[in-house]
Amino acid sequence: MNFITNMFDRLEPTFSEGGRLSALHSLYDGFKSFMLIPNDTAKAGGVHIHDVNDSKRTMIMVVVALVPCMLFGMWNAGYQHFNAIGVEAGFWMQFAFGLLAVLPILIVSYVVGLAIEFTVAQWKKEEIQEGFLVTGFIIPLIVPIDTPLWMIAVATAFAVVFAKEVFGGTGYNIFNVALVTRAFLFFSYPSKMSGDKVWVRTRDAFWWQGGEAVDGFTGATPLGQVATATGGEVQLHDTLGNDLSFMDAFIGWIPGSVGETSTICILIGAALLLFAGVASWKTMLSVFVGGALTAMAFNAWGPQDNAAAMLPWYMHLVLGGFAFGAVFMATDPVTSARTETGKWIYGLLIGVLAIVIRVLNPGYAEGMMLAILLMNIFGCLIDWCVIESNIKRRMKRSKL
Amino acid sequence: MQAESAVSIVEKEISNIYLIMNTIKIRRGLDIKIGGKAKESIYGTVLSKTIGIVPDDYVGFTPKIAVKEGDEVKVGSTILYDKNHPSVKVLSPVAGRVKSVERGERRKLEKVVIERGDGHEQYEELPRLEAMSDPEETAKALAELGFATLMRQRPYDIVVNPEVLPRAIFVSAFDSAPLAADYDFVLKDRINDIQAGLKVLAKIAKVYYSVRKDTFEGLKRMSGVTVSEFDGPHPAGNVGVQINHIAPVNKGETVWTVGMMTVAMIGHYAVAGELEMKNTIAVAGPMVKEPRYVEAYFGTEIGTILKDNVIEDEHVRIINGNVLTGRQASVEDYLSPMANCVNVIAEGDHEDELFGWMRPRFRKYSASRLYCSWILEKICPKMTFKFDARMLGSERAFIMSGEYDKVFPMDILPEPLVKAMIAKNIDRMEQLGAYEVAPEDFALCEFVCTSKIQTQKIVREALDYLRKEVE
Repeated sequence: MNFITNMFDRLEPTFSEGGRLSALHSLYDGFKSFMLIPNDTAKAGGVHIHDVNDSKRTMIMVVVALVPCMLFGMWNAGYQHFNAIGVEAGFWMQFAFGLLAVLPILIVSYVVGLAIEFTVAQWKKEEIQEGFLVTGFIIPLIVPIDTPLWMIAVATAFAVVFAKEVFGGTGYNIFNVALVTRAFLFFSYPSKMSGDKVWVRTRDAFWWQGGEAVDGFTGATPLGQVATATGGEVQLHDTLGNDLSFMDAFIGWIPGSVGETSTICILIGAALLLFAGVASWKTMLSVFVGGALTAMAFNAWGPQDNAAAMLPWYMHLVLGGFAFGAVFMATDPVTSARTETGKWIYGLLIGVLAIVIRVLNPGYAEGMMLAILLMNIFGCLIDWCVIESNIKRRMKRSKL
Repeated sequence: MQAESAVSIVEKEISNIYLIMNTIKIRRGLDIKIGGKAKESIYGTVLSKTIGIVPDDYVGFTPKIAVKEGDEVKVGSTILYDKNHPSVKVLSPVAGRVKSVERGERRKLEKVVIERGDGHEQYEELPRLEAMSDPEETAKALAELGFATLMRQRPYDIVVNPEVLPRAIFVSAFDSAPLAADYDFVLKDRINDIQAGLKVLAKIAKVYYSVRKDTFEGLKRMSGVTVSEFDGPHPAGNVGVQINHIAPVNKGETVWTVGMMTVAMIGHYAVAGELEMKNTIAVAGPMVKEPRYVEAYFGTEIGTILKDNVIEDEHVRIINGNVLTGRQASVEDYLSPMANCVNVIAEGDHEDELFGWMRPRFRKYSASRLYCSWILEKICPKMTFKFDARMLGSERAFIMSGEYDKVFPMDILPEPLVKAMIAKNIDRMEQLGAYEVAPEDFALCEFVCTSKIQTQKIVREALDYLRKEVE
């Protein structure tokens, strides 16, 4: 304990202004506050005691809530891989393969994002902020397993610089940074972000366990199948042609972006976030309600020959990124509506829009990303309306 | 003619009957469980050699000094008066001699120190309150008696201006802040003074008197005022919250807020003709050896109040007032007349917690469930948590939303208001309720803030700015 304190005390001059390594001050500072809770005390003019909660703990809680999705996603990547190449593999082997496939994406996302954060912090002479802890963890979860690493790097850099730092950093961004990463990938490299080839890895991971896809393999995700179906109701199937049920999608052993397939793991994360009070239950619930109601409406009155409209409403909620978006992306407090009433409207509209895009826009199999990004813009507008109504009520009061 | 007078008699009778108009349940808020609550015993009167009058205690007051070094003063002699409203005065709480007048940068008056005499305390010619009935006359008399500097007005939460009569006067009969003095105990023998004080205030404007649900009957049973009952966690006792629920302040209106100790002082002067500028204060906090109550004159040296009663095995922080709204002080500072307690907590600046943000932290308090302290709180609701003066995190931009709403029980949107205040957007501040709030109303917001934003400071600066621009 003392040893660590002494070490930092000794290093302080080297990294401070005028020191030999002052160019790395933000790095040193970030590392120090990572290890030791800063012991600055309350300043004049404010409260003298504080809640022990801070943004580090809050962010780390979100990461913890994402861990079940990450672990399941890793296993599922291996499971899908071995199924596709027709090799029998046990649980640990599947997990090991998935780990090797996903870890590089995680590392690239963190290294690129944090490097930019540290540089900007050093340049602006500010403290490192923790926002990217969560963003960097989400990025690997919302991309297809076969996305090339250089694309991840480019997209992450773009998102961190243009969706966050130019607005002023954590807390000032309008768009969810992880979603901007995904949108950048989606629109810049469409062939790598959609279609049948990217969701299941058939090639090796670090020269290990490569193979050729077996006969009859199709790598389309369930939503991909829905989007390309020509008839009304569609029977979903897995990569080898077996039928897929609601339970399969709920558990999540289906192809899709790394962390978004397992609704059950997402719900575990949701429970943790809601219990700790980090995410808003209002937003979360209203996304599901909005999505369910819209899908029900399409089921009842939608065009009979549209497969997405005819997909049962409960399937909409467990397929694709709907649940993941509702739990981890719509609830991002910075980009979401911030007033309590606003959260209901914001969530509801995300749910509605996501299903509308899925059903009515054949170009995009998945509507969640666009729905949330679109609502990110309208979040402020919703807040503005809520605030105006509060103001109107006050004005009325003063006239009485 | 006769019928008319009969009606007015009945009206008078009704106003004299003790009536709880309504019980208001406050749901949003937080009772912070900090140890070291004062025990219900009064240790006696603390007398220090010198008494200090500090203009900073009187927000919105532009001090002009009325005495010179070496002057003899009596209890009730004018020490300071307001440059803009000369009838607003700060009087000497004791008899003695002006020892020094200390000025800081740009000749800012910092304090006036009075050496206490041998206790032969004499009174100057001061206005009497009993015979007065005119509101303006009464307000002016209260200012002459030094009570205006002890009362606050909204908007702006500043010392009252007796020339602008208020729409109403609000008195909160309980302080729900952590470690604050319990008026049920402190004022249990001063019910007559309270009643008399409320009567004087009622001459100026309608008085709203708010009690806690479990305030004892004697203190609840006040006549001539509108009594409301409040139930719920802190800040239920904050007068700002009570105003917002009873009769909110609109643009262009002024209301006064008066503390219970001041009401008792006014009442005592009205009844006995004796000006007693003394408070019963709670000496409390985790670093106090024996938390208890003491009586002290305004401006008593804090060192004397805390003498031999502080646990000194680590660096401590002394607070002139309570842990949420008080001012940091040292033993050389003087007791603020606005404080009903002196709190002592650990400074904590030597504590280095390795990976603190990853630890379970059972004994550290969080209103959220992000740490494990909520488990202990569930198991034994009476337990207290460890607090020190650390920020426990670094300042960030607004990240979490809805945090402030949970501890801000008013019909005001706290976050938009604070943002408008940061932006110094006057129209927006007005629209969102800046005239209704005081910094203390935001103390809990600041306590729970994940981003460690100094909300009270923002509010204080914004109110000062607003006042400068609007007036």
